[in-house]
Parts: sequence; C-alpha cells; structure tokens
Amino acid sequence: MTKKAWALSAIGALVLAGTPALADPVDATLILNEDIEITTRTTAPDHLSGALDEVMSGWLFRGVETRAMQADDFDNPGMIFVEKAEDLWNAADGAEGKSCADCHGDSSEMSGVRPVYPKYVEAAGEVRSLEMQINDCRETRMGAEPWKYTGSDMIDMTALLASVSRGLPVNVAIDGPAQSTWEKGKEMYYTRYGQLELSCANCHEDSYGLMIRADHLSQGQINGFPVYRLKNTKLNAAHSRFKGCVRDTRAETFAPGSPEFVALELYVASRGNGLSVEGPAVRN
Amino acid sequence: MKKSILAAMALALSAGGLAANEVTPSQVKFEDGAVATSLTGVAGDPAEGRKIVGNKGLGNCIACHIVSDLADVPFQGEIGPPLDGAGDRWSEADLRGIVSNAKMMFDGSMMPSFYKTEGFIRPGKAYTGKAADDTFGPLLTAQQIENVVAYLVTLKE
Ligand code: HEC
Ligand code: HEC
Repeated sequence: MTKKAWALSAIGALVLAGTPALADPVDATLILNEDIEITTRTTAPDHLSGALDEVMSGWLFRGVETRAMQADDFDNPGMIFVEKAEDLWNAADGAEGKSCADCHGDSSEMSGVRPVYPKYVEAAGEVRSLEMQINDCRETRMGAEPWKYTGSDMIDMTALLASVSRGLPVNVAIDGPAQSTWEKGKEMYYTRYGQLELSCANCHEDSYGLMIRADHLSQGQINGFPVYRLKNTKLNAAHSRFKGCVRDTRAETFAPGSPEFVALELYVASRGNGLSVEGPAVRN
Repeated sequence: MKKSILAAMALALSAGGLAANEVTPSQVKFEDGAVATSLTGVAGDPAEGRKIVGNKGLGNCIACHIVSDLADVPFQGEIGPPLDGAGDRWSEADLRGIVSNAKMMFDGSMMPSFYKTEGFIRPGKAYTGKAADDTFGPLLTAQQIENVVAYLVTLKE
C-alpha cells in the first residue's frame, strides 16, 4: 500500500472512531517507511487455544495520530534513541577497549536476534532477556560496567536491536529448557495480584478492546517494545510497563530485571509469537 | 448472627476510632451474595455516595461502569454493565453485598472487593508499588459503603 492509501485508511478509521463506542481495534495496516509491512494481527499461537483466536499489536488500539507517528521513522520520536545507540554500538568501552561492532560487525548484523529473546542460553544455563545478554557482553567480553537494567544506554541499545528486526515475526521458544520458566511466567499472567485482585489476563485477555476509564485496553503485547510513550516522552522497557501494571492493581510490584519479570516477559512474548517486531513503537 | 454482631462490636471497640456498632470487613455476613444489615447502623447519604462512585481516588466505579447520572464525569469505562437502573434490578441488601465483595455475588468477578482486608496476593501500599504496611485498610470505609449503596438504590430507569 502506498503511504497515501495508508493515510486514507487511517482517516476511515477516524470516522469509525467518531462513534461513541470505540471499543474495537481499528482495521488498518501498518507499513513502515512505505517499505516494511508489519503484521499487527495474526492467528494466535497454538498454546493460546481456548484463550485467544487472534493476537493483535497494541498499535491497533491507539489513535490515528499516534499510529501515524510510528509509520515513518522521521516522525517516530523513538528513532532518535536508535541513533544514539548506533554511536554506543560503535564506541569502544571497558578494559578490553572493544566496541559491540568489533565483535558483531554492523548493527544490522543483529537482525533476527530480538525476535527470539528471551531465550534459554546454554552457556549460562538460564533463560535470559536481551538486556541480560547485552550486559553479559559488556562484562565478560568488553570488561565494562554493566548498564542499569532500564537505564537510558540499555534502553537505547534494545531499541536499536529491535529496530533492525522490524517486520520479522516474534518467535520465542517455549519448550525444552525454556519451558519451566515459561510456565512460571504463565502462572504470573493469570495470578490476581494486589488489593484490586486483577491479573494481566483480566485486563488484556478478557477485556481488550474495552475502555477502562480513559484507557483503551489492548492485548498487552510486547512486540513493540521498547515503546516511546507520548505520556512520559521517553522510551519505556517492557519490564517498566509490567511494573506499572502490577502496581496499578495496588500490589507490591516486582523489580525490572527480576527473575519473575524475565519469566513473565518470556510468557508475554510467546503470546505475541507471529506478530512482527515493531520496536521502537509509539504509544500514548 | 447476634453473636457475630457482639464480636464485631468488641473488635471495633478494641480497634478504637470506629463506630461502636460497625461491622469489620472480616465479619460481614453474606447470604447468596447479599448483606442484609447495615455495616454501620447509620443511614447512608446518597449525595456522598454519588461523589464516591465518580471519584478517581475513592470508589472510581466509573473506571469500569457507565453511570448516566454522572454524565459530567468524563471517561466512563465499560468493563462492567452500566449502573443505570441498578436500583430496580437489585435490592439494597444485594447492592451492599456487591459493593462489599462482588465475588460473593458474581463468581470470579473482575470487580474489586471494596470492603475486604484479607486473602490478597502481594497486597501493596495503595499505588506506590511497595508492600502493604500497617496503614492497610479496605478500599472504602463501612460508612462509605453505606453511602454508595444509598446512592445505587436511587438509580432507577
Ligand atoms: C487494571 C488493568 C490492567 C492490568 C491488571 C494489567 N494491565 Fe497492562 N495495561 C493496562 C492499560 C490501561 C494499558 C494501556 C493501554 C493498553 O495498551 O492496553 C496497559 C498496557 C500494557 C502493555 C503495553 C502494550 C503496548 O502495546 O504498548 C503491556 C505490555 C502490558 N500492559 C502488560 C501487562 C502485564 C504483563 C500485566 C500483568 C502483570 C498487565 N499488563 C496487567 C491495564 C492493565
Ligand atoms: C475493575 C472493574 C470494576 C470496578 C472498579 C467496579 N466494578 Fe462493579 N462490576 C464489574 C463487573 C465486571 C460487573 C459484572 C458482574 C460480573 O459478571 O462480574 C460488575 C457489577 C456491578 C453491579 C451489578 C450491575 C448490574 O446492574 O447488574 C453493581 C451494582 C456494581 N458493579 C457496582 C459497582 C460500584 C458501586 C463500584 C465502585 C464502588 C464498582 N461497581 C466498581 C466491574 C467493576
């Protein structure tokens, strides 16, 4: 679809959204830079049978302008941070005086990495998030200080690594050595935390498409992370979002980077298997 | 029944500050999801109840329910049914039960329990993300529940 045609369909969506119940996700197509077609809805992975038939990106639940911002890298504020990370990628750091590029080559060489994380890393004997893997490179290969889990260098780097995989389907493994971690994450997803006794599933599986106060509930997918939020005008990591959602149930939340959130991340990522990587996406 | 009211009184007195005949959250008696007797013995104030239903920091009921009578409050949610006509559909006792602990009326309901203090998983200190401390209490006080119930009773089609 040409950009003009996309804009027209977006206007169509605006007209629809003008009716009082803007409950449903829009019927629109996301093509990045008139080039990369993004799968924003697809058949749910088998492990969701009985729960969801179709999985949908959070992009479909956002307003016309927010959606348009993501369609073009010049309009996507998240891309500024991708550029910053490109500098980090090429900068030597730590006792070894090496950069990421020294071992991995061009950042585009990392295409295909984001879609399979979190994943079980044989050498480490554990399921690792992309952040953990980045810090492992920093510490063991570069002799550099680890970055703060949701600090700006880390989040910028995850935005770069997502950006070079945009359009590829999320495809995390849930079986084999990853299975027990996945099960743990699944249990968390259905646990009704906090004084409000709400689980992720209550909001994002049972109620997506509905309004909860001023918010249009999406399926809570993480294929677009890190996301640039207009609300706080910065990139936000998936674990920060999890932290906020659990806090909003009036619960004692978990820490970004905790084993609990890594397990939850694996499970939530697996619910989006088949959706395209979109990060850095734009959300409100 | 009599015994539990006496026990409630004793507990309320020992906790101090509570009205002498206030029923504590753990002593509320549900019958088929309904609660027959007032939690305080003091008649609810519908005008106060109306404020609680629409107030984000109090009941925040409109996060999930549309209430046409509160049309001036923007952004009403649609997770639960509209509360218009709730006073026709339910008795006062039913409404007291639903607001105190909706899960007694609707099995597994997504609606939070507004007068309950036990049985939570990782309860927090309000919306701070930190663990609950000794300031932990029910989402609404007994009299606030009575005020909300008094308001809901007035919602007739
Ligand atoms: C009380 C309701 C509620 C609960 C419970 C809840 N969330 Fe959310 N969540 C929201 C709202 C509201 C938003 C913002 C609108 C949207 O994208 O759905 C959101 C957004 C998200 C997003 C961002 C999606 C995007 O595309 O930008 C993710 C991811 C998410 N939630 C995951 C979770 C997980 C995991 C849990 C459980 C640990 C959870 N949520 C529990 C209400 C909730
Ligand atoms: C997080 C969502 C949520 C919140 C907040 C909430 N409710 Fe509900 N409520 C529901 C749902 C869902 C139902 C439908 C019952 C069910 O199937 O669980 C319901 C049902 C009801 C009913 C019965 C509706 C009918 O007419 O059949 C009443 C009355 C009610 N709620 C009142 C309230 C009041 C008063 C408050 C605030 C003090 C409140 N609710 C807050 C979700 C919520």
